[in-house]
Amino acid sequence: MARIDLDHIRHAYTADPRSEADYALKEVHHTFADGTACALLGPSGCGKTTLLNIISGLLRPSDGKVLFDGRDVTALSTEERNIAQVFQFPVVYDTMTVYQNLAFPLRNRGVPEAEVDTRVREIIDMIDLGGMADRRANRLTADSKQKIALGRGLVRSDVNAILFDEPLTVIDPHMKWMLRSQLKQLHRRVGFTMVYVTHDQTEALTFADVVVVMYEGEIVQIGTPAELFERPSHTFVGYFIGSPGMNVLPVKLDGTTARIGEVAVPLPAPVKIENGAKTELGIRPEYLSLGREGAPFAISKIEDIGRQKIVRGTLESHPVAVVVGEDGEIPADARLAFDPAGINIYADSWRVEPEARA
Amino acid sequence: MNKTLNNRAWFMVLPVLLLVAFNAIIPLMTVVNYSVQETFGNNLFFFEGFKWYEQVLTSSRFHASLTRQIIFTLVILAIEIPLGVAVALAMPRSGPWVPVCLVLMALPLLIPWNVVGAMWNIFALPDIGLLGYVINAIGIDYNFTRQPGSAWFTVVLMDVWHWTSLVVLLAYAGLRSIPDAYYQAARIDSASAWSVFRYIQLPKMRRVLTIAVLLRFIDSFMIYTEPFVLTGGGPGNTTTFLSIDLVKAALGEFNLGIAAAMSVIYFLMTLLACWCFYTLMTRGDEQ
Repeated sequence: MARIDLDHIRHAYTADPRSEADYALKEVHHTFADGTACALLGPSGCGKTTLLNIISGLLRPSDGKVLFDGRDVTALSTEERNIAQVFQFPVVYDTMTVYQNLAFPLRNRGVPEAEVDTRVREIIDMIDLGGMADRRANRLTADSKQKIALGRGLVRSDVNAILFDEPLTVIDPHMKWMLRSQLKQLHRRVGFTMVYVTHDQTEALTFADVVVVMYEGEIVQIGTPAELFERPSHTFVGYFIGSPGMNVLPVKLDGTTARIGEVAVPLPAPVKIENGAKTELGIRPEYLSLGREGAPFAISKIEDIGRQKIVRGTLESHPVAVVVGEDGEIPADARLAFDPAGINIYADSWRVEPEARA
Repeated sequence: MNKTLNNRAWFMVLPVLLLVAFNAIIPLMTVVNYSVQETFGNNLFFFEGFKWYEQVLTSSRFHASLTRQIIFTLVILAIEIPLGVAVALAMPRSGPWVPVCLVLMALPLLIPWNVVGAMWNIFALPDIGLLGYVINAIGIDYNFTRQPGSAWFTVVLMDVWHWTSLVVLLAYAGLRSIPDAYYQAARIDSASAWSVFRYIQLPKMRRVLTIAVLLRFIDSFMIYTEPFVLTGGGPGNTTTFLSIDLVKAALGEFNLGIAAAMSVIYFLMTLLACWCFYTLMTRGDEQ
């Protein structure tokens, strides 16, 4: 177990990076506290796997340092860093049994056989593969194989961190749920530092204490699932997290009022925006309501998704989605009301903190 | 959906049936036909039952060439498979040298078999051939047209040169199909280079190696052209393998019955060996 510090890390896959655009991973400076479950979330190609491989030591960053518990490990190889990694596709040693697979990392490190046996038996129970110890690993299903891969990480009691690279990609949907909750339980039990890469927001939000959202090689927000939902610090986070994503509308600010075309929306607090910046108002569909009061709203489509209805329409010709409860009434001539608590203001896509009320 | 029953569909199978009939079944049955009959020319044939089979199976000449054949096949398999795997492991995984290596490896496979024989014949001549001259120059008495040992050495060396590439290419294809994650996982588990080979590379290469062994077994069991050009089966009969012996019987001595019986026995042996081998190697996959 260890605290992981990323000290001004940058990475470019080209040999001689010149401009900012050459970097697949733009500057990352962050600390993962010891024992946290952290998720790196972002779309494909955002640099999250690059960052993971830098932590694991499979990649050496172009700039910056990686520290485990304050010790510089940037130059160390993967095995010297003493981490474990679970890959997208389950990696098991086909010709070995489940037991042998789990014993492999210990035996390679010359651990005495008696201790190997205790550890392996313990882990087999922990990952719920009891009774399969002597089965050949290649005969198992994908989710069991992935458990073995995880088990090979857990079996070493001294690992600094366990890294997951989209580990549930090849698992059936109904098994995903089970594995995810088992993983969460395991984390509570063993308390290893875990870093989990995924592009699936549900996975990230259910697994992690802290979610790092990445976009085009940059960290756009680090926060708890609630923070990401309530106060997305970048419009991308607003779109990416939540289903449907946050509504983002271009506005003109006038004191504590935001104007969307003809519509005036009162703000909870004044926001100061520099001149010339692109100003937008972000509000999640959950904070909008339909009724007889408010801005004129033209409904174009209603999607019933069971517990909720998603109402899509336009406000001053900007597309807007509204979430209405199961029994929520949708008036024929609906008007749209904004809940001030859910309003965030963005300048050039980044959130602006409202000024304290005078 | 209603399925219509239409027997005219059988005509669709006809081309394949004709092809297989003319290039496999009919020639094979002709041989079977010869193997149970005696002829004195004039297209007159007399039924002889299993006489030729008994003669072949009890002849010391057949036993000798079969023994030579089995030794030859085992020797070249024992050299070519490990050597091919070793070369494939040594080849770069990526970069500009990959195509260079692949072309170099493919070259021996592109040379016609009788040319290979002729090349090695000249190459190994003790007085003017580079190989033969060098071996004699370092003080070893070497003459493949007179000494059985030298002849065997040359035939085996020629086959290794000609066919190891095939094993290399197959093994390399097998190695390339292993995802990087396996190597990364092995590094994380601090596996030694030997463990990586034993527990990752070898199991992942199993299928292609099965094919490599099968192909090399069948091909070497049927080997004819190269040793025929190189040694002509000599000195004496020391490099007379099964197919050389078969051609001697059929065309040299015009013993059609004996030759046909030998062919059938030869065919059944190859078939049996391949079947056993294939069943053994694929048994694990089906469970």
